[in-house]
Amino acid sequence: MDTSRKLTRDEMARLVAADIAPGSFVNLGIGQPTTVANYLPEGSGIVLHTENGMLGMGPEAHGDEVDPDLINAGKVPVTELPGASYFHHADSFGMMRGGHLDVCVLGAFQVSVDGDLANWHTGAPDAIPAVGGAMDLATGAKAVFVMMNLQDRAGNAKLVRSCTYPLTGVRCVSRVYTEYAVFSLAGGTVTVEQTFGMEVADLQDLLGFDLIDGTAHSSAVAASSV
Amino acid sequence: MLSFHESADAAVEGISDGATILIGGFGTAGQPIELIDALRRNGAKDLTIVNNNAGNGDTGLAALLGAGQVRKMICSFPRQSDSHVFDALYRAGKIELELVPQGNLAERIRAAGAGIGGFFTPTGYGTPLAEGKETREIDGRGYVFERPIHGDFALIKALKADRMGNLVYRKTARNFGPIMAAAAATSVVQVADVVPTGAIDPESVVTPGIFVNRVVAISPTSMLPGDGQ
Repeated sequence: MDTSRKLTRDEMARLVAADIAPGSFVNLGIGQPTTVANYLPEGSGIVLHTENGMLGMGPEAHGDEVDPDLINAGKVPVTELPGASYFHHADSFGMMRGGHLDVCVLGAFQVSVDGDLANWHTGAPDAIPAVGGAMDLATGAKAVFVMMNLQDRAGNAKLVRSCTYPLTGVRCVSRVYTEYAVFSLAGGTVTVEQTFGMEVADLQDLLGFDLIDGTAHSSAVAASSV
Repeated sequence: MLSFHESADAAVEGISDGATILIGGFGTAGQPIELIDALRRNGAKDLTIVNNNAGNGDTGLAALLGAGQVRKMICSFPRQSDSHVFDALYRAGKIELELVPQGNLAERIRAAGAGIGGFFTPTGYGTPLAEGKETREIDGRGYVFERPIHGDFALIKALKADRMGNLVYRKTARNFGPIMAAAAATSVVQVADVVPTGAIDPESVVTPGIFVNRVVAISPTSMLPGDGQ
């Protein structure tokens, strides 16, 4: 991957997919996280969960495959893979809350250095609030990965010291994938794992808090694994 | 008591003003559109409706909301690209909303059917949706107390029922059906087919007939989304 420029959305999805261990049970959130499915290696044994009651979800359905009784959390028609299973909603969310899901990938408005997540409500007084399964996923999955742009449209950083938007979950996010860098979060410390077209010092200026530079370690690991 | 009905209208008889109705479905998958239409014709008002969403387009649940029969929605995800009926009522202050994280919604319904008086869940802890609720720290983790959601009636859709009321569902249309059937005083099920007793393998029964009170067969040709009037 070219590290001299910022990542495209597809490249971000590929990076997330590469960090999901073979055999994992995974829930991909609505929107950009859904695209991670396109980059999961064949034969990895990764099983996709959809909150509306299915394990072994296949790709989006087209043409004759479309079945109104077979949809994903975004209400898009999907397909079933061999070995799929169906279950009711209480079981589906028991899988999350009970810690059976290995990874979930979500979008975010903000993530704090402590791993707090804000992704369901901007807090605008005229907005109609809707939360869906976001709080259950954030709280229940063993690892919560976030995919987001580093800044919002107004240029404000979305990785923040403390969230200003209403929270989805407390201390739940462990990795954040942005177009400029991948961050890992642990115990209030933010480590930059990889950068794309931005130096760690510039990231620190932009974010306004201390970052640990883990890029040397990460590239050494990448080099040794080639 | 289990009964079989000739029409959706007969199956929803007795639903009165102020009732709490659990309605199955996730979006349109599993939404019992014909039963909802019958409830609209029944005319009961001041209803509290429990559903994951708050109606899509202008049919089914959205039409019931549009008829002004619903006082309150309990749901996890009201706002969608085609939820304009709910959106307009909400903005006009004509409907009350209780927003519940989806897993808490499911577990509150399950708890009602299982005779649980409430439970502590980590979901929502530390967020605005836990405000005013009892919290407790258990083994170093924060939990919120949530209460069961009982229904006077449940309206759900399954694929088929046998004459004992045992149900099987179809794919992701199962969603809230099994837990809602158990959580209501009277559960009403629309199915594509009623089959003889013994025609469903006991190992494949998803909802045992003990949770089912009324069954109506609605032919699948009229069960396509958007077909309900």
